[in-house]
Amino acid sequence: MENIILLSILVLGVTALAAAIVLYLVSRKFAVEEDDKITQIDEILPQANCGGCGKAGCHDFATACAGADEAGFAGLFCPVGGMKVMEQIASVLGFSVAAKEPTIAVLRCNGTCENAPAKIEYDGVSSCRIADRVSCGQTGCPSGCLRLGDCVKACPFGALHIDKTTGIPVVDENKCTSCGACVRACPRQLFEIRAIGKDGCRVYVACRNTQKGAVARKNCKAACIACLKCTKIHSDIKVENNLSYIPDTVSAEKFGAELAQTCPTGAIICTRCGENSHV
Amino acid sequence: MSKLKTFPMGGIHPDKYKITSESPIMDAGLPEIVYIPVKQHIGSPAKILVAKGDKVKVGTLLADADGIVSADVHSSVSGEVLKVEAVEGEFGYVEDMITIRVEGDEFEPSVDLSSDIAREIPFTAEEIIAKIRQAGIVGMGGAGYPTPVKTSIPSNKKVDTLIINGIECEPFLTADDRLMVEKAEQIVIGAKIINKILGIQNAVIAIDENKPHAVEAVSKVTKTYVGVNVQVCATKYPQGGEKQLITAITGREVPSGKLPADAGCLVQNVGTAFAIYEAVMKNKPLFERIVTVSGDACLHPANYRVRIGTPASFLIDKAGGLTPETAKVIFGGPMMGTAAFNINAPVTKLTSGILLLSEKTSRKAPENSCIRCAKCTEVCPVGLQPYLIARKVRGGNFDELRDCHVLDCIECGCCAYTCPARLPLLDYCKLAKSELKKK
Amino acid sequence: MLKISTAPHFQTTRDTRSIMLDVVIALMPAALAAVLFFGINALLVIFTSVAGCVLFEYLACRYWLKTRNTTTDFSAVITGLLLAYNLPSSMPVWMTLVGCFMAIIVAKTCYGGLGKNIFNPALVGRVFLFISFPVQMTSWPQPHLARFWETDAQTGATTLGILKHLDAETSATALQGKLPGYWDMFAGNIGGCLGEVSALALLIGLFYLLWRRVITWHIPFYYVSTVFLITAVLWLSTGDPRYDPLTHLFSGGLLLGAFFMATDYATSPMNKKGQVIFAVGCGILTVAIRLWSAYPEGVSFAILIMNAFVPLIDKYVAPRFYGSRR
Repeated sequence: MENIILLSILVLGVTALAAAIVLYLVSRKFAVEEDDKITQIDEILPQANCGGCGKAGCHDFATACAGADEAGFAGLFCPVGGMKVMEQIASVLGFSVAAKEPTIAVLRCNGTCENAPAKIEYDGVSSCRIADRVSCGQTGCPSGCLRLGDCVKACPFGALHIDKTTGIPVVDENKCTSCGACVRACPRQLFEIRAIGKDGCRVYVACRNTQKGAVARKNCKAACIACLKCTKIHSDIKVENNLSYIPDTVSAEKFGAELAQTCPTGAIICTRCGENSHV
Repeated sequence: MSKLKTFPMGGIHPDKYKITSESPIMDAGLPEIVYIPVKQHIGSPAKILVAKGDKVKVGTLLADADGIVSADVHSSVSGEVLKVEAVEGEFGYVEDMITIRVEGDEFEPSVDLSSDIAREIPFTAEEIIAKIRQAGIVGMGGAGYPTPVKTSIPSNKKVDTLIINGIECEPFLTADDRLMVEKAEQIVIGAKIINKILGIQNAVIAIDENKPHAVEAVSKVTKTYVGVNVQVCATKYPQGGEKQLITAITGREVPSGKLPADAGCLVQNVGTAFAIYEAVMKNKPLFERIVTVSGDACLHPANYRVRIGTPASFLIDKAGGLTPETAKVIFGGPMMGTAAFNINAPVTKLTSGILLLSEKTSRKAPENSCIRCAKCTEVCPVGLQPYLIARKVRGGNFDELRDCHVLDCIECGCCAYTCPARLPLLDYCKLAKSELKKK
Repeated sequence: MLKISTAPHFQTTRDTRSIMLDVVIALMPAALAAVLFFGINALLVIFTSVAGCVLFEYLACRYWLKTRNTTTDFSAVITGLLLAYNLPSSMPVWMTLVGCFMAIIVAKTCYGGLGKNIFNPALVGRVFLFISFPVQMTSWPQPHLARFWETDAQTGATTLGILKHLDAETSATALQGKLPGYWDMFAGNIGGCLGEVSALALLIGLFYLLWRRVITWHIPFYYVSTVFLITAVLWLSTGDPRYDPLTHLFSGGLLLGAFFMATDYATSPMNKKGQVIFAVGCGILTVAIRLWSAYPEGVSFAILIMNAFVPLIDKYVAPRFYGSRR
């Protein structure tokens, strides 16, 4: 009896030892040497793995940072972590980081149920990408919001929701990290990452319809009709393909309220521009 | 009776609803205004030759083929060009169209309007191809591939069989059926003309078994034409698919990613064969076609001979108007056609039917979860696994999709038709195809 | 207002609910047979099991998965019926309910509900009960034809149980009178689980399923013929009554398993080639367990083991696609 006990202990012990040695050797042989900096940077990063930086995930971004020179590093930015995270990473690498204004996603469409009433009912899968293939959507505007919420599903931070009364998505300023998931998800490229503006004051054209004014207006009251009135207020504003675009260089505090007021269709939206604001 | 020919994999048997198979083709008449799109084919849009205010006649060249894969566009009416600009098409997206106000019905003098049948083919292959090109003929079954390009077989390939596709497997549609009944001999001569281009003596007119009148009419004619035979096929959807038909008739398979010519076949729709006859023997450009106006919400279903560019609403009014129970207006058949956003959109060279479907027949039932019944893999005529494609598209694994052969999908819709959980499998397959093509 | 949607604008009227309802109808002859042979007790077990499964399904959808209520599509009714068919008529109510819990909550809801389960829920329920309560699960009331109200029937071994305990030396003569005749086995006048006894009732159900195109013939055919072939080869070469192929065909849960449980949509492969591999695997395992393991019956284990291989089969066995032939 004792022999059996001894034997089993011996056999098990030897097996365990052999296995341990094999494991040790294998782990040495296949060990992946990793730069300490990558681990450090990885720890600083928000770990949302949203892909907003253009890399495959946070670890990929960390690897890119660690391998970059000063010039290359300037081209990398984590939109979710913002300046705070970038400064920390820069201190790890011993680089300096240029100040970058915080950004936010804005919806460049104001085709609400009121402005662009549905002309037809969409009966099918609740997916903008699929609906975009069958027709121009319920409103008739070929570049407007399809109201089916691909962006809501794509947002990793829950910063988007479809407003039940207007039918179009709303960006939650507190949650949006400007990762750009919605920009990639929208089949009509209606989202744009813009500077957040001082105290959240920003001005933009909420329309991407490039049809002629009369055609565009037929489908949506808030369409940009390329009347050129906004270009007279600021010379940076350009109208191309029947569509106006306001670059970030136009100061929203100075011109926002005036632009929003001047626009005859309400395609220009100015957030927090004082009492004349459209929001 | 021997077993009817059919393709071996998959397929479904939807309800036929061929309510207009006994209605003779009627002339739809002339609308007040026609909209003629400059792109009614696969390839580059034709270059516009006319301007606002120009007077045109039936058969006047409006736009010239731009490049090899493109097709001429002719006027289908006589009148004045109102405008040459973008107009809302059937999807609601704007397309370049030539809008013509109809005045009288004057034909170009070159068009032969006599009704007697010309049986002798006095032209060489090159002359025939040139005539087809000048007539702007494209594949009228729905694909819209320019016919001169399709019939010019590269010298390194050998075609030994011409298949004339008289299989109209979509429910409701009877345009090809009626054409075969009424214009059987012209279609057979059309087949002989294509044979002459190919330099072969073998043509098969494939008709499915639920068209006894067409089989009878065409068989009667083929007796006097050597080399043209009728082959009756089983009624199964999508028998009329080009690749499925080749397999059904010859037993050969078109290799993945290749053309029918690689299997030694050329497939032409009966409508195209008829258009070829008219173009070559009668100098008639493609300015009209047969359209079935039908559907379970349609008051007076019928087959019409329609001028290209006629607004669909004009035909709907002819057939009893838009009834209140109409839920969807479909351009084409219910399986592969598109639900129209704009019912004023024009009939093109590719519109085989305009259907008014009621809520009951066309309703998309809500999606449930997949029960893995494997019916989608069973009915797929290409042997794909639609459930797997759907799962990968949902998960965003577009890289893995290449192994699923999704680019071979013929978009017949059998999977979505048959899915008991009502999953939009076809939509996922189409999405996968477009994502893969993007890369 | 007109509607727009993607093609196809036509869909079959066959939805999940109508398919599931067909399976329930196909299972009805077996329920009749069970009540005929085992009386009111059988009815009680069937009722408890169906009610339990539907209740757990409802609770799971409502409070856990928080999805649409799937009790109306009859999938839980099928699980309940199949679980009952795998139990003896003397099963206490509370044990049946434990089986329902295992089937619906553990084997189905834990994997995400309808269509996402890897293992056949009814079989998980049965195997759990079989291992936990071996005494109750193996005391088989003998059939008492047409005596509906009789509740305290004699118990005895099943045919396969008798075969299992034969010595290799026992001559065929010693078996005389011990084993039921083929006709009794075919009609169902033998001891066993509720649903498995009557081959006749199960065959009627199978033909209904085939006629309604709910299933194809592949899995039932390949499963049953694999078992038949292996036992026939052994029987012919040894002459041992333990290998009698007809007894193996008509006794035990083979037909119930091959017709209704191996063909379960969610837990069988997605294409014909895979289904054949799956069915043959089930057949080999069934014979192996019946003949050479400690258990007299192996259908449930065989199907559950092959269920585990289904994802693997689906990964590597794809249907031939058009255009692959040169």
